Amino acid sequence: MSKLERLSPVVRGLPPSGIRRFFDLASQMKDVISLGVGEPDFVTPWRVREAAVYALERGFTSYTSNYGLPALREAIAEYLEGFDLHYDPAHEILVTLGGSESIDLALRTLVCPGDEVLIPEPTYVSYRPCAILAGATPVAVPTTVEDEFRLAPDRLRAAITPRTKALVLCYPNNPTGAILTEEDVQAIARIVMEHDLFVVSDEIYAELTYGRRHVSIAAVPGMKERTIVINGMSKAFAMTGWRIGYCAAPRDLIEEMVKIHQYTIMCAPSMGQVAAVEALRHGQADKDRMVEKYDQRRRLIVKGLNDIGLRCHEPRGAFYAFPDIRSTGLSSEEFAERLLAYGVAVVPGNVFGAAGEGFVRCSYATSAEQIERALERMARFVQAVRPV
Amino acid sequence: MSSDSHRPQAGSQQAGPHPAGSHHLEAHHEAAGDPSRRECAHDQRLRLSVLQLLHENSRRSPETIADMLGVPHEVVARLIRQLEEEKVILRYSAVINWDKVDANRVTAVIDVRVTPQREFGFDAIAERIYRFPEVRSVSLVSGTYDLQVVVEGRNLKQVAQFVSEKLSTIEHVTATTTHFLLKTYKADGVIFDDQEGDQRLVVTP
Repeated sequence: MSKLERLSPVVRGLPPSGIRRFFDLASQMKDVISLGVGEPDFVTPWRVREAAVYALERGFTSYTSNYGLPALREAIAEYLEGFDLHYDPAHEILVTLGGSESIDLALRTLVCPGDEVLIPEPTYVSYRPCAILAGATPVAVPTTVEDEFRLAPDRLRAAITPRTKALVLCYPNNPTGAILTEEDVQAIARIVMEHDLFVVSDEIYAELTYGRRHVSIAAVPGMKERTIVINGMSKAFAMTGWRIGYCAAPRDLIEEMVKIHQYTIMCAPSMGQVAAVEALRHGQADKDRMVEKYDQRRRLIVKGLNDIGLRCHEPRGAFYAFPDIRSTGLSSEEFAERLLAYGVAVVPGNVFGAAGEGFVRCSYATSAEQIERALERMARFVQAVRPV
Repeated sequence: MSSDSHRPQAGSQQAGPHPAGSHHLEAHHEAAGDPSRRECAHDQRLRLSVLQLLHENSRRSPETIADMLGVPHEVVARLIRQLEEEKVILRYSAVINWDKVDANRVTAVIDVRVTPQREFGFDAIAERIYRFPEVRSVSLVSGTYDLQVVVEGRNLKQVAQFVSEKLSTIEHVTATTTHFLLKTYKADGVIFDDQEGDQRLVVTP
């Protein structure tokens, strides 16, 4: 038996991230304008960085409670009130290594071997492997551009089987920019309760919505008890590298999740937690300024993409445009690879699930000037490849 | 969320030929409340947004600005003309780090104390000062001094001479304190020698 054959078949069976291959390609190119980045272009606001520097100066370098600093959990609980979510900071909030760890904890805690986890696609790339690692079977629920990539209740209903355990929601959505309306959330909640499912609601982009407020499914009466809300500092406060996220759930769920967290992680970085308190308490103005910038760039890129003939629905959240590239006759991967030669990196939509084929993800977390330059290059590319 | 208050409400606009296009204006017409007052507040927001975008980068075209704000091109073009006529926009200029190209340039901030004049207050004295071409800016300030004057010269001596011969001798000027600028770190919101580049990986999920 070779060394590899002796390794975990579950891990070996995981497909490598589709982004990885594309990253390698893009990294070799010079003078590429990247619309491929899934994180803010802003550096963490200075007041937040300064708070972390002070924390280090005061020797704030030890473990914190497994659950996270009490002051941070209180700040999180207050912050979540803004989304009509009510959690007890002492028992219902767990600070994790970014939202990512919360995704892993949530799925590992909720599912048993053989359970099915419904994942509306296209979506962020982590849910499927995390579900597999937890022993579950991920089941893709396709969303379509006709629905602006919102999860349609009838599609959800059609995917449910007696083995369905949980539904993963990622709204505002990476990569489509879709957000759910109040009515969407109500309809989904009804089906979830009817079939007694759990929901893992990844709301990491909750602050980045344009014109409409984010609606959390956990705010629907009867949903809190069956929902794990995931959020974090990364997107709203430009703190991706700090790895400070959190989940909020009823006490009985958190008590199970914290067991995995305490044995694998112990606690999130202490100085990052101090920085997060500062961001939540005093970072609103910085956040608002960033959201305003994203909104301006969003309009610019959506208009620009439509003008060059790549039909693009209006993304209402996150910082991604997800144009339809089928008019070029190319697959998502061909499009993205060949566009690289024109000096623009985008991410092929199929990386986010089969339902993303025919689309590419363009991040507008980059300056307006860069977006304009990228659009010029894309226009030349589309002109060159468009079938006559 | 406070940021919602100065951003347009997208309403129920459909994707299509004008996605995110002109909803800035349209949505507001659908909104409830006193239409004329909302119109005013909206116009004011739009003016401020246009000015902000020009202040960030005065080479932005009216078309780009209009697209960024989701309003028709001609609205922004007209607004900018109007702002120029009203002398809200006085000039388009660049932020330049002169230290890099001109070692001889000397800038001084001068605190000036004056006795205000009956009827004219500080204005007449301020005018006598700001008419000198070497004076870059003049502001009335609170505190120990009354006017803050920024003066530029070819060398220390030239600035010193200006202060002793021109500024101090103006009637009603009772005291001056001159601070020579040694190094500019940040001006008009721009950090001059910013080491923080884009550290992000080129493609991430």
